[in-house]
Amino acid sequence: MSDKQPAVTQATLVKKAAPKSDYKPADVSPQRRVQRTFAVRLWSIRHSRLLEWFYSRFADVFLLLHPLWKGIGYSRVEAPVKFVEKRVKGFMFDCRMCGQCVLSSTGMSCPMNCPKQLRNGPCGGVRANGNCEVEPDMPCVWVKAWEGSRNMVHGDKILTVQKPVDQSLRETSAWLRVTAQAAAARETTQNPGASA
Amino acid sequence: MNARQRDENPAGIHLPLDPLPGHTSRGRLERVLRRGEFAVTTELNPPDSADPEDVYNRAKIFDGWVDAINAVDASGANCHMSSVGICALLTRMGYAPIMQIACRDKNRIAIQGDVLGGAAMGVANMLCLTGDGVQAGDQPGAKPVFDLDSMSLLETIRIMRDNGKFLSGRKLTTPPQVFLGCAVNPFAPPYDFRPIHLGKKIAAGAQFAQTQYCFDVPMFKAFMQKARDLGHTEKLFLLCGVGPLASAKTAKWIRSNVPGIHIPDAVIKRLEGAQDQKKEGKQLCIDIINEVKEIPGVAGIHVMAYRQEEYVAEIVDESGVLKGRQPWKREIRRDDQLVAQRLDHILHDEVTETQVDMVKTAH
Repeated sequence: MSDKQPAVTQATLVKKAAPKSDYKPADVSPQRRVQRTFAVRLWSIRHSRLLEWFYSRFADVFLLLHPLWKGIGYSRVEAPVKFVEKRVKGFMFDCRMCGQCVLSSTGMSCPMNCPKQLRNGPCGGVRANGNCEVEPDMPCVWVKAWEGSRNMVHGDKILTVQKPVDQSLRETSAWLRVTAQAAAARETTQNPGASA
Repeated sequence: MNARQRDENPAGIHLPLDPLPGHTSRGRLERVLRRGEFAVTTELNPPDSADPEDVYNRAKIFDGWVDAINAVDASGANCHMSSVGICALLTRMGYAPIMQIACRDKNRIAIQGDVLGGAAMGVANMLCLTGDGVQAGDQPGAKPVFDLDSMSLLETIRIMRDNGKFLSGRKLTTPPQVFLGCAVNPFAPPYDFRPIHLGKKIAAGAQFAQTQYCFDVPMFKAFMQKARDLGHTEKLFLLCGVGPLASAKTAKWIRSNVPGIHIPDAVIKRLEGAQDQKKEGKQLCIDIINEVKEIPGVAGIHVMAYRQEEYVAEIVDESGVLKGRQPWKREIRRDDQLVAQRLDHILHDEVTETQVDMVKTAH
């Protein structure tokens, strides 16, 4: 056991020993590299209340269209809906298509943008300036989530403990899933016992 | 030679204690905390070796000064002996380890398996952590797993313990009896969310919490005030993280290189002004302990003396937090001690004890 904290850690040595090359990739984590900029994402968080209102209307419309989706067949509408969903949410929130959207519980800040993909709150490594410990130039997703949730009507949904991500649902449409589930829930409340 | 120690199974030091009403584990730490005693925990610096003696020697210096020892799980994403391995060794010797589980390296299948394995070995305390990113460690090319996060990990183990089920719903024949812990960092943004976040962890199943290094007592007081107002301190035992700084240089290095540790300028100034910086670092730690132990709702301290483990005993002693109480201490069994006393005689003196002779001397 040495008395002093080592001046250089093993991690630094490893970094220094890496072969020199003209190409130095930007950013640290792959999550960060996929997205271009987070300006739009931050705009969405600032306008979380508006988006929350819009989202609930939007969910109602989708639910109204449930007979249509069912008529055409959910499996057939999946491809076009997913195409739109991926682009729209990708632009607005840097969505990662986890398939189980929790934006309304996380202040409209997509938790999958966190390099650790935390879905229940910030880790202990947030820098004093509110930036991420892994990506020093990116604001912590959860600092922003907390700010966003404070503007929302149902912002306290941030307090619910989220289940672990179901990896088998990746790259599926959260919109269709929520709609189908809401429709099923509505049917069971309207005529209980029928579904059993 | 001595009476049996409190919180020790008479059938063997490595065995779990008798279950008590209201207790979820059969370990020593939960008993100490529930009795309302001021608990002291510490961290074992995991060896980079396959020699069990390395673990035993590192645990030995805490003997009689701490209630539980954290077995860290590749802290800072640097590879060391695994926490499961350290726990296996420590439980064998009767110590009360706190098994840390970091979500960085294992998916939910491996973690649930380790929880059962750890509990079977006699691990009574588990600390659920997210873990540092792989980028921080010595093997940045590793695949970060993060299948669960600290919160869902807490909930997973709670479900295993209370409902006797895996996450999948499959039944366990014997659920793990563990005391669940989490980490809190009151010193990182978003500051106003942190106490609420702790409440979320309590809801997920946390029963005790260990904080990040506390160097800023006013900030910690403000956090505790909020935590008390929210009623958290009645539902959870909070152990304040403290530790000695080796020098002002180390403090500066930590401040700029380890995210999440907040060291105010005043601390660095105090260290710089001291003749013997190491001694001052220790004194600073004792002063902080003396301040935090008075804060209502603080149930104990967690002493993290990385590479200064030999100071833990002095720090605990000089701060007087134990108030004369002696935590469980590994002692030699009576029969072993008898043999040890007579070993010299048996090995080196030319004695042949026959029963006939023994009868003569006995009279």
